[in-house]
Amino acid sequence: MSQAVERHIDRSNMTVSDEVAIQITNMNKWYGEFHVLRDINLTVNRGERIVIAGPSGSGKSTMIRCINRLEEHQQGKIIVDGTELTSDLKNIDKIRSEVGMCFQHFNLFPHLTILENCTLAPMWVRKTPKREAEEIAMHFLEKVKIPDQAHKYPGMLSGGQQQRVAIARSLCMKPRIMLFDEPTSALDPEMIKEVLDTMIELAEEGMTMLCVTHEMGFARQVANRVIFMDQGQIVEQNEPEEFFNNPKSERTKLFLSQILGH
Amino acid sequence: MSNTNSLSYVRKEMLEQQPAPRSQVGFTRWVRENLFSGWFNSILTIVSIFVIYKILAGTLPWLFGGVWDATSLEQCRTILTERFGNTHYACWAVLTERWNQLLYGFYPETQYWRANLAFVLMLASLAPVLFDKVPRKMLYLTMAFPFLLVWLVWGGTIWGVTSVAVGFILGGVAFKLVDRFGSMALSTIAAVAVALIWWLFIGPSVVGGLNAVAPLGHLQEVQSRDLGGFMICVIIGISGIALSLPIGIILALGRQSDLFIVKTICVGFIEFIRGVPLITLLFTASLLLNYFLPPGTTFDLTLRVIIMVTLFSSAYMAEVIRGGLAALPKGQYEAADALGLDYWKAQRLIIMPQALKISIPGIVNTFIGLFKDTTLVMFIGIYDMLGLSNAIRANAAWNGIYWELFIFIGLVFWICCFAMSQYSQWLERKLRTDHR
Repeated sequence: MSQAVERHIDRSNMTVSDEVAIQITNMNKWYGEFHVLRDINLTVNRGERIVIAGPSGSGKSTMIRCINRLEEHQQGKIIVDGTELTSDLKNIDKIRSEVGMCFQHFNLFPHLTILENCTLAPMWVRKTPKREAEEIAMHFLEKVKIPDQAHKYPGMLSGGQQQRVAIARSLCMKPRIMLFDEPTSALDPEMIKEVLDTMIELAEEGMTMLCVTHEMGFARQVANRVIFMDQGQIVEQNEPEEFFNNPKSERTKLFLSQILGH
Repeated sequence: MSNTNSLSYVRKEMLEQQPAPRSQVGFTRWVRENLFSGWFNSILTIVSIFVIYKILAGTLPWLFGGVWDATSLEQCRTILTERFGNTHYACWAVLTERWNQLLYGFYPETQYWRANLAFVLMLASLAPVLFDKVPRKMLYLTMAFPFLLVWLVWGGTIWGVTSVAVGFILGGVAFKLVDRFGSMALSTIAAVAVALIWWLFIGPSVVGGLNAVAPLGHLQEVQSRDLGGFMICVIIGISGIALSLPIGIILALGRQSDLFIVKTICVGFIEFIRGVPLITLLFTASLLLNYFLPPGTTFDLTLRVIIMVTLFSSAYMAEVIRGGLAALPKGQYEAADALGLDYWKAQRLIIMPQALKISIPGIVNTFIGLFKDTTLVMFIGIYDMLGLSNAIRANAAWNGIYWELFIFIGLVFWICCFAMSQYSQWLERKLRTDHR
C-alpha cells in the first residue's frame, strides 16, 4: 500500500444496486480539431465508487465535466438519472442540482462566509427557507468537521478545510451522484488525509461517486471499479485488486509503474 | 567530552523587553529619517520650507484678508484700499452676493424650499444605498425619489410623475405575468410594450383628465432653462451616476454574451460612444434631436442631457466592469453552474458582487469623471456654476472677477469628488474578505 491511511472501512452500506445512475454511450468530443474524448461508453450503477486514473491530458477531467455539462459533448448520449443531457436548459439545471461536484481548486465563493457558501444553492435553486437551509448547512459542516468555522470567509481557511467545505456545499443540495475532479491535487500532503477521510465517509454512506484522482491508496480501499484512460479513450477498467495486481494493457502497466514506482 | 559541555548552554530566564533608543522612535526618528538623512536631503528640506513659506505668505493674506461684504467689484476695491492701501486681496463678496444664483441658477426665489427639500430627500435616499447599516425600509424612499425629484424641481401636479411611475409598475406586473410561461426575452418585451403603451397612449389622457378634475399637489411650474448652478450639476450628475451603473453592467454582460446580435449591438454601442467626444453628444442632444423627433413633441432639455451623459458614461462603465469580469477565475462560473444556479442568479449572487468589488476604483473613477463633465453643459446654454461665473462677469458690477469664482467652483467640485473617493476606499476596506 502506498498510503498510510489504512483505516477500518464500514462496508455495510457500500452496495451496488442494479439501478443505472449514469449511462454514457458512444460519446465523442472535440476541442476545435482536437479529438479529446473518443467513443466513451460507461455505465455507472447507483452506489458505485469509481476512480478514474490516467496521465494528464488523457481526458479524465473532461469526461466527468461532461456529466454535468460543464463541457458540452458533440456526439453520443449521456443519460443522468433518467434525464438525457441535451442543450435544453431545463434538463441541464435539473441534472446539475442533483449531481454534486468538487473541484481541484475548491472554487468556494470568496465574498460569502462558509455558511453562506453552503446555503446559497439550497435557498436559490431549491427555494429552501433560510432557517432550514442553515440547519442543513450546519449538519453537513459538522459532518466534515468544521462547524466552528461557519462564519469565517474561505480565505481564512486552510486548503484542506476549504475542500471539505466544498464537499459540504455540494452535499447541501442532497445530490444523488458526486463528481470529484482531482480533489486533493492542490493540497499540501498533510491535508490530503482529512479530505480523503471525508470522501471515505461519503462512500460508506452509499453515495455514487466518480473520482478523478491520483490517490491510488484511496482507489484500492474505496473504489469498486478503477478506470484507466489514455488519449481520450477508456483503455482498461477492472476491480481495484485486479487492476493493480494484474493490469492487462501495456499502457496501464507503464502508468502504474510510474505512479507506484517511487 | 568537556568540550561539548562548555558548548552547550540553556537560558533559564527570559530577558525583559527594553525600550528602543530615543533616536529610534517617535518624532525625532521621523524627522531624522525623512528630512535630514544626509547633507543633500537637509539642503532640499530647507529650500522646500523656504518655498512653502513664500507661497503661503503670498496667498494666505489674499485668502483670509478678503472682503465679504460689498455689492460690486468697485466697492470691494474701495474698501480694500481704505483698509490696506492696496487691492491685493480677494473679493469674496461676489460669493455672498450671488450665493443663491450659484446654488440655484435662475430658479424662482420663492420656490427655493423645493430644491432644498429635494436635496435633503436625495441624501436620505442615498443613505440606504451607500451604507448597509441604514434600515432597509428606507429603500422605498430611494425608489420613490426620482419621481419626487421631478415633481419638486419642475413642479406641476403629482399626476404627471405618478403616471410615469404607473408605467413602470405596469411593466413590472407584465414581466411577472409573462415570466411564468417561459422565456426571459419574451417577458422583457411584454414589459417594455405595456409600459410604452401606457406612457404614450393611455397615460397622457388620464393625466390630463385628473389634472382638470383634481389638480392634486400643484406646484408652480419651473422651466428647465431656469435651472442652473450647483443644483443642475447635482441633478445631472446623480442621475447619470445612478443610471450608468446598471446600464454599464448590462452592456458588459451583453459584450460577453454568446448571442451574436446582442453582442454586436453592445460592442457597436460601446465603441461608438467611446469614439465620440461628450460635447458632440451634448450638441446633438440640444440641437439635432429636435429634427429627428416628430414635430410638436416637447422633450425636456435637461432630460436629453441626462440621457446623453448617462449613455456616455455607461459605455466607459461597461469596459470597467468587463475588466472586473475578466479578473474572476473561471472556477467561479463553473462552481455556480455546478450548483445548478441559472445564468441570472449566478450573475447576481456570485459573479457581479465579486466583479463589481474588483472594479470599484474604476467605477468611482468614471463617476468622478462624469460629475466633473457636467460643467460641459455650459456650452449648450445651461447655466451651471461655470456658466454662471460668465454670466456674473457679464454684469457691470462684477466685471473682471475671476479667481474668487473659480476657486469656489473648484472647491465645491473637489469636496464632492473627494467624498466619493473616500467613500470608495472605505467600501473597499469593508468588502475585503481575504484577510487571514
